[in-house]
Amino acid sequence: MKRALAPTLKYASLIIAAVLVLLPLSVVLFASLKTSEEYSNTGPLTPPENWFNISNFVTAFEKADMLQGFINTTIVLAISLTGTILIGTMAAYAVDRFEFRGRKLIMGLFLVATLIPSVTSQVATFQIINGLGLYNTKAALVLLFMGTDIIAIYIFIQFMQSIPVSLDEAALLDGANRWTIYWRIILPLLKPAIATVVIIKGIAIYNEFYLPFLYLQSEPLISTALFRFKGPFGAQWELIAAATIVVIIPTVIAFMFLQKWIYKGLVAGAVK
Amino acid sequence: MSTPSAVSEDATVTLTTGGRGRKPHRGRTSGRRLLTALTPYLFVAVAVGLLLLLTYAPAVNMIWYSLNNWTGFGEVDDFVGLDNYIEVFTNPKIFAVFGVSLYYFVASFVQMAIALYFAALLSFSTRFSNFFRGVLFFPYLINGVAIGFVFLYLFQPGGTLDTVLGWFGLADPPQWLGDSSIANFALASTSVWRYTGLNFVLFLGAIQSIPSELYEAAELDGAGKWAQFRFIIFPGIRRIIGLSFILAISGSLSVFEIPYIMTSGANGTTTFVIQTVQTAFQFRQVGLASAMAVILLAIVLIVTWLQRKFFPDEKVDLT
Repeated sequence: MKRALAPTLKYASLIIAAVLVLLPLSVVLFASLKTSEEYSNTGPLTPPENWFNISNFVTAFEKADMLQGFINTTIVLAISLTGTILIGTMAAYAVDRFEFRGRKLIMGLFLVATLIPSVTSQVATFQIINGLGLYNTKAALVLLFMGTDIIAIYIFIQFMQSIPVSLDEAALLDGANRWTIYWRIILPLLKPAIATVVIIKGIAIYNEFYLPFLYLQSEPLISTALFRFKGPFGAQWELIAAATIVVIIPTVIAFMFLQKWIYKGLVAGAVK
Repeated sequence: MSTPSAVSEDATVTLTTGGRGRKPHRGRTSGRRLLTALTPYLFVAVAVGLLLLLTYAPAVNMIWYSLNNWTGFGEVDDFVGLDNYIEVFTNPKIFAVFGVSLYYFVASFVQMAIALYFAALLSFSTRFSNFFRGVLFFPYLINGVAIGFVFLYLFQPGGTLDTVLGWFGLADPPQWLGDSSIANFALASTSVWRYTGLNFVLFLGAIQSIPSELYEAAELDGAGKWAQFRFIIFPGIRRIIGLSFILAISGSLSVFEIPYIMTSGANGTTTFVIQTVQTAFQFRQVGLASAMAVILLAIVLIVTWLQRKFFPDEKVDLT
């Protein structure tokens, strides 16, 4: 009796959890495929009549700046990721491969910085960005995304510790200088760590709402483009639903292809 | 050249470097020696520069602003001492936001319990385990604004939740987001929906890194699933639970996105960070807002220090 009960309970709880996760998302998908008349006449759990009614998606793209949001997000994403990788790997190389005065101090600075909650210190960071004349520019976001990533540096250091120092030494004997060693040997070997950082930071930047909301009022990123639906579209839920689905789709695709990397990256990032 | 004096203070640090930077060969030109000496600093310069500019300079400025009455424009010259701090703790309107954090704090324990339950469940062999793992985790990846809209839609009067409750005969549901006695529960549950996946994956990762021989040995000794959880899994993931615990405290104080997007802080749902942001950027009281930010920073630092004290890392390999 007990043997039969345990698996039943187990699968029942898993199925309930799956429904709790998927139901809120499914009803939004339903709404996004309904015409506005259909939306007002049917309940939220009624599936759409026509599963291929994409008119809401077209309107959402046309009326709001979703396309511009995607373009801006891609630009900010690409530059920030490249910057983070170069800055982070270089810093990790210095800290892991050199013995120099102030090394302990620098490590301490990185460590303490992970504790400062960046949401609140924006009160003061804002004054600095403003002072640099970067308010309302994409450069502000790029700078903030590159400058606040200490987790990436930790992931790089951790991975670099597993690259044998004898490789560096052999190259030094062959007359390579430090830059060549970093660029030709270390950086290529760091590829798995770079992939991890690209994925977890890429997702974080794509989802970031607070920084673009605060620093870039003049043009939308994807989060702020979606947020703009809150006012003017008021009760036009079929449009809001379509825009929401548009924002979620890239995440679904990324998740399906990169599952393993995402799990690994999160564990690496959290247990720093 | 640099001496390792800065390092020798901490005997536990062992570095596997080549040590080339430390011992330059004699007889090289001084320019070359200087370059060799500078190499590590050049590599680390940009990272440290950005760190100082965007993390430490704001933190220091923030403390200075917090001691002044300042609107965010012009000179910071109206020194008021600790007045801003006194204001935070004595103005009931500001102090009330700490109460809102409690909802999220309690919610984060619910979240950890759910995550631990499913992580333990899926660590034993399960059909479709990849599917269930993916589904449980996926909400964590979704854009916060999108989640806000998904749940605005779910909670709206006559919406999904009301319809489902209607099936079970609950005909007169409350205004989930409009009623101030319920709104915080609704928002905190949204937060649980969003973040459980992260805890779950971290717990699952920790459980799976426990060597499987331990379970086999336990099974041979006749230990049941519960005993395996109690004596093998739980001790194996204590550290990650400790980590989740500090994230729960600092996280519940820094809640921003979900209440801001869903209710804009209306109906008693203003959190500490919403209050701080509004104080700074709408009411132009940067001094007061800085005092609030400094208080949050202090709380987070204290909590982290306590966590390090009670859950010390088994292996410290970085510092």
